[in-house]
Amino acid sequence: MANLRAIRKRISSVKSTQQITKAMKMVSAAKLRRAQDAINAARPYARKMREVVTAVAGRAAGDAHPLLTAREGKKLALLVVTSDRGLCGSFNSGLTRAVNRFIDGRRETHEEIVLFVVGRKGRDFFRRREVPIRHEYIGVLGSLSRHHAERIANDLVEGFLSEAFDEVRIAFNEFRSAISQVVRFEGLFPIALEKAEGSAGAGAEIDYLYEPGRKEILASLLPKYVEMQIFRVLLESVAGEHGARMTAMDSATNNSVDMISRLTLQMNRARQATITTELTEIVSGAEALKG
Amino acid sequence: MASTIRLELVTPERLLLAEEVDEVVAPGHEGEFGVLPEHTQYLAILNIGVLSYRKGSETRKVALGGGFAEVTPERIVVMAETAEHAAEIDVERAKRARERAEASLKELSLDDESYAKAHAALQRAMVRMAAGGE
Repeated sequence: MANLRAIRKRISSVKSTQQITKAMKMVSAAKLRRAQDAINAARPYARKMREVVTAVAGRAAGDAHPLLTAREGKKLALLVVTSDRGLCGSFNSGLTRAVNRFIDGRRETHEEIVLFVVGRKGRDFFRRREVPIRHEYIGVLGSLSRHHAERIANDLVEGFLSEAFDEVRIAFNEFRSAISQVVRFEGLFPIALEKAEGSAGAGAEIDYLYEPGRKEILASLLPKYVEMQIFRVLLESVAGEHGARMTAMDSATNNSVDMISRLTLQMNRARQATITTELTEIVSGAEALKG
Repeated sequence: MASTIRLELVTPERLLLAEEVDEVVAPGHEGEFGVLPEHTQYLAILNIGVLSYRKGSETRKVALGGGFAEVTPERIVVMAETAEHAAEIDVERAKRARERAEASLKELSLDDESYAKAHAALQRAMVRMAAGGE
């Protein structure tokens, strides 16, 4: 039978772990709320941006801007958005596994796959596997702002324009709900737009007056659009991370409850056994004296 | 014929404004332009500057950090990098920002990379002061 004192110690250690996981769950819930608010706040801008870009680019010729032009090419850049911190279930492992599979599946068709990694966890993962990383962005997720998205967008646009790669995709965890995140791959650019004609209602026939020209507007609009896409993905990923952590910590707390009740049972049995042994000893001692 | 135009002002961080107004004056890339109801379709790059809008006899100002404006006969949608209501602006802070920017401009030469940045910071500070001033 296990030592009584050892069990007591174990229980108190599980209890303090439980307190930590409980606190982490609460913190994540609060952060998740804030992250969701940020997503909602960014939505009108993103929607409007997409509308305008679709409207303008739909009227322009396909080669109006390099970011709109699809190139024959075999070099792919992949932006992988993971988290800086762990303890969030399969949030990072699910994504990195999918990315690994993605890369393996394209060994034949692509010359080179260049990685851009957001988050410490992703960087560590690919570094351990000795997958070369072109750029890494660590520590941006805690205090996420548009400037981070801008920096990432600039790096990607620059590489694309200088033909270091011909296509850019993002791999990230899409935020579905607090308990569900889904790994997604999205094409970033060349920018593929739904055709503006046909679908568009009112303003489709009338073109805009542009100030300055359409070319200049596209040139300053498209990088902003890319930036906004990246910003949206980062926001979603952050919300997903908090959601995943909340779920993970919730089940950790539940597990520790189970564990404590199991250990308490064990402890009581051990105590009972000790008492029984002591009683037997006393009784048999008394019997011996009588004799 | 509509007598008012809907003004929507969005930034990546929030939806700042959505209301019916009588007139909007925006800092366009090639100078300020005014927008009245029934304006033609128009798409413009906006500079750092003050956007003002009139509702009845009341005029309000918003400090803009650049962006885009899409105008249709019924509405004007402003997508701004940053935007602040005049009432939210901390004029003292803007003053300090202006002094900082001026100081760093003095040290930099014209072809320095951060010159444009410092210059933009100066412009933003001055726009804030202009919008928040009265």
